[in-house]
Amino acid sequence: MASTKDIRRRIHVVKNIEKITSAMKMVAAAKLRKAQEQAEAVRPYADKMREVMSNISASCGQIEHPLLDVREENSVAYIVIGADKGLAGSYNSNVMNKALGDIYDRDPEVVKLVLIGAKAISFFKRRPYEIAAEFEPPGSGVSFADIREVTRRVRSMFESGEVDSVYLVYARFVSAMRQDSTVVKLLPLSAPPADPDATRADFIFEPEADVMLGTLLPRYVDTQMYQAFVESQASEHGARMTAMSAATTNAGEVIDSLTLQYNKARQAAITTEIMEIVSGAEALR
Amino acid sequence: MSEKTFKLEVITPDRVALSDDAAVSVVAPGAQGYLGVLANHAPMMAALTIGKFDLRRADGTTARMAISGGFLEVYENTVSVLAESAELAEDIDVERAEQSKKRAKERLAAAQSDIDVTRAEAALQRALNRLEIAQH
Repeated sequence: MASTKDIRRRIHVVKNIEKITSAMKMVAAAKLRKAQEQAEAVRPYADKMREVMSNISASCGQIEHPLLDVREENSVAYIVIGADKGLAGSYNSNVMNKALGDIYDRDPEVVKLVLIGAKAISFFKRRPYEIAAEFEPPGSGVSFADIREVTRRVRSMFESGEVDSVYLVYARFVSAMRQDSTVVKLLPLSAPPADPDATRADFIFEPEADVMLGTLLPRYVDTQMYQAFVESQASEHGARMTAMSAATTNAGEVIDSLTLQYNKARQAAITTEIMEIVSGAEALR
Repeated sequence: MSEKTFKLEVITPDRVALSDDAAVSVVAPGAQGYLGVLANHAPMMAALTIGKFDLRRADGTTARMAISGGFLEVYENTVSVLAESAELAEDIDVERAEQSKKRAKERLAAAQSDIDVTRAEAALQRALNRLEIAQH
């Protein structure tokens, strides 16, 4: 049995760990709240954007644009949004495995990766896929301008014909306890469904609908990407909060059982000592 | 006789910048020139550029915003503006605008490619627009 000194040392160590995990949990909770607010703030914009898109496509019927160009998938790009840091439960590995599962069926030659976050980079470095670009992960308070760089790169890859479609893999935020890793097709954009009540008012377009579409579609891609970034940020903090909360509970349990062990060991030591004294006294008689 | 009003919403990617139920008129920086909208305007979709956005309310008060590009939709007496950024004149951070003006000018001087020039010019325009509106 371990000596009381050893057990005491272990209790001390676990207590320190508990302090760290509960601090991390608190930080993640605060960041989660901020990220969640941001995720909710982007929704009206994204919804309105979709509405405007379907209005335009209802009004101009057949639309053509480089970003809508459907080609045979000779080469595909995957954008994988991960985190920079670990200790977020299965957040990173869920996203990576989702991406890997989807890529697995394809010939490694045709896949190009656009990776976001140190964890995504280190995961795919060891695998036989070409990494076309690496970006910093969405730090706290990601702005619309930040993601421009990513979308610009991805759009040019698609428009130049370097890749024939682009998929986006990220953790969709459901709740603090639940994040769903999802794969969405980013490009080519599927032409937005025309509004069902097609008899909707005839819009005046200024400039013409097709010119508008030219500026609207890239914007739409930006918005989708932005939403994915904001949501994965919320997911990351949610996952970390849950993981750290579990770790804190765990540490508490370990401390309890160690304390019990310590008390038993102490008791045993005292009993042995008394026995020794008693038997010593007995022998002198 | 009271004036006819309409609903106005200005939405940016990070927030709903302005929402008003009793707007009387707006003047927006259209891509092909400033355009005004009054109540019961025909359905319209317009691209916006960098410029001033003016609102007049039924109670006679006005508001001015700095807008940098986006779209304006008029449908069923509701005007929705999807802007890349939108700030009320009194919320504009003058210092930040001054700084980005300086930065844009430096970048313009050092620009290598056409893309650099276009971007820097757009940044400069945004900064100048903010400054003009803030100092008005």
